[in-house]
Amino acid sequence: MADQEQTGAPRATNGGEADNLDLAFEPMELKVGPSHPATHGTVRIQLKLDGERVVWSEVEVGYLHRGFEKECESGLYYQAFPYTDRLNYVSPMINNVGYALACEKLFGVEVPPRGQYLRTIASEVSRMSDHFTCLGACALELGAFTAFLYAVEAREHLWDIHDEMCGARVTCNYVRIGGMSADVGPEFAAFVGEKLGKVAQLQKDFEDLLLANPIFRERMEGTGLLGKDELIAIGVSGPLLRAAGVPYDVRRAQPYLVYDRIDWDVPVGEAGDNMDRFLVRIEELKQSARIIRQCVDQLPGGPVDINDPHVRLAGKGHVYNKMEELIAQFKLVTEGPKPPVGEVYFAVEGGNGELGFYLVSDGSGAPYKCRARSPSFSNTQALSRMIEGAMLADVIPTFDMINMIGGECDR
Amino acid sequence: MTQEPPVPPSEAQTAVAAEVEQSHPALRALRERHADAILSTHAFRGDATAIVKREALLDVCRTLRDDPELAFDFLSDVTAVDYIGRVPRFEVVYHLYSIAKNHRVRIKVPLEEGDPKLPSVVSLWRGADWLERETWDMYGIRFEGHPELKRIYLYEEFEGHPLRKDYPKEKRQPLIGPGAVRHDPGNDDLGI
Repeated sequence: MADQEQTGAPRATNGGEADNLDLAFEPMELKVGPSHPATHGTVRIQLKLDGERVVWSEVEVGYLHRGFEKECESGLYYQAFPYTDRLNYVSPMINNVGYALACEKLFGVEVPPRGQYLRTIASEVSRMSDHFTCLGACALELGAFTAFLYAVEAREHLWDIHDEMCGARVTCNYVRIGGMSADVGPEFAAFVGEKLGKVAQLQKDFEDLLLANPIFRERMEGTGLLGKDELIAIGVSGPLLRAAGVPYDVRRAQPYLVYDRIDWDVPVGEAGDNMDRFLVRIEELKQSARIIRQCVDQLPGGPVDINDPHVRLAGKGHVYNKMEELIAQFKLVTEGPKPPVGEVYFAVEGGNGELGFYLVSDGSGAPYKCRARSPSFSNTQALSRMIEGAMLADVIPTFDMINMIGGECDR
Repeated sequence: MTQEPPVPPSEAQTAVAAEVEQSHPALRALRERHADAILSTHAFRGDATAIVKREALLDVCRTLRDDPELAFDFLSDVTAVDYIGRVPRFEVVYHLYSIAKNHRVRIKVPLEEGDPKLPSVVSLWRGADWLERETWDMYGIRFEGHPELKRIYLYEEFEGHPLRKDYPKEKRQPLIGPGAVRHDPGNDDLGI
């Protein structure tokens, strides 16, 4: 056995004799998914394995395709909001906000400051729930069930904040073109403070459970590597790209809402391995909590809706008692607000990267084209490149850190 | 029911659009270096847009990516729009972003109904791979030079391209696969 090569190449040895018996190997084919306990999304990964090493892979998406664009085109602008909830269903508010901002860019309107602050809070709460889901599911799939429960409990508290804002926990449908469906009450600040305190404690426990755990670290460190140039060429954005050292964050690069009035940092990694992706998300959780606290402190008074009868419904009190407002409501609901002819693209920072909406208007109340640029779709495209040449066991943490959300990827 | 006219853009918005169209570095560079490839430009709501001839798409994209002043290294999105009834019918839309320069540009390529194909940009941005496959899947637009142009969301036996405007939303597709039973509307006995 002295001359046995340690290359990992396919090679058969017949006991202790000279290994002149080179048998031809066929790579083993392994199909993971579309429904598999180790993929927290409906996706099919085909692998060809040489021993435990991945020599070829193909990722198939589309199992959750529901025709988002076709549905949006067949309804009015405001009717698309429930569909946007179901794009990235672990951070629904960001989709709501992104779509509303794209519509408002098309209409040429801007919501009052209180609305902008509330949207920022909603976005960051959603981002935290997105990151907790990603990190918790990663821990679960690497065998740390307990840590997963801490993350899910934290997410429950965050969804309580959703509940406090709009009455729903997951499918929020909170934001409207030119405003929000509801304002928050006077006890909101105290409620958020209490919930964020609990989340911070759970996050600390979560980190303590995982970050010093040698098994967890070994599976995360040095796996899933891909250089930043290649990530950019593939169109990867969000925490994946920031973990590789590129500080591209739409909130900082092209600020919207109130992100330029808040003090916060963009965490970046160095190596760009799964551990960095994990740590970047851990740090972003803290930054999001920091943004929410500042927004709650600075939350101005005033209305959350714009006062424009062409775009936003007047309040119910007006509609019940005034003729003009009643007519305006009737027109807005049946025909929808009508933007000028044109096209806009507006990007926000979603839980997983650049979430953009491209709207084409023909001047009617329905979008002629409503396209969502989903970060999960572009990010999942990089999976094959990350796992080819790696061990089979590395596929799981890499896929977890890509955090493919089926609803968003498949639209 | 009478159609209310849409809200006209304010003077400030028109001025911003004119300013962006004049001074956006990508549009300026394209006008200077690819004057005969550019059909028109506009900047509605500040989004710099260039409408480019199909033949010149690769050259234009190479300039946009490789010029250090433009540096569009990030292909955000590829999609298409079906303007049915208009000539040319289709438009393929690229959204580019430069991480270094922090600016965006939109490139559009009009395509005739009878000849919906254009060169693939996978050689410039690898990420175009899935995006072009999706556009093929949804609109039936061919990207020549794509390494493996096949459907991505739908299955190979799917008939038609569902985001075309002449594809009815309620249209049903034949069942496929082993055990698929073709539904005959005149026969209640499905033969199961």
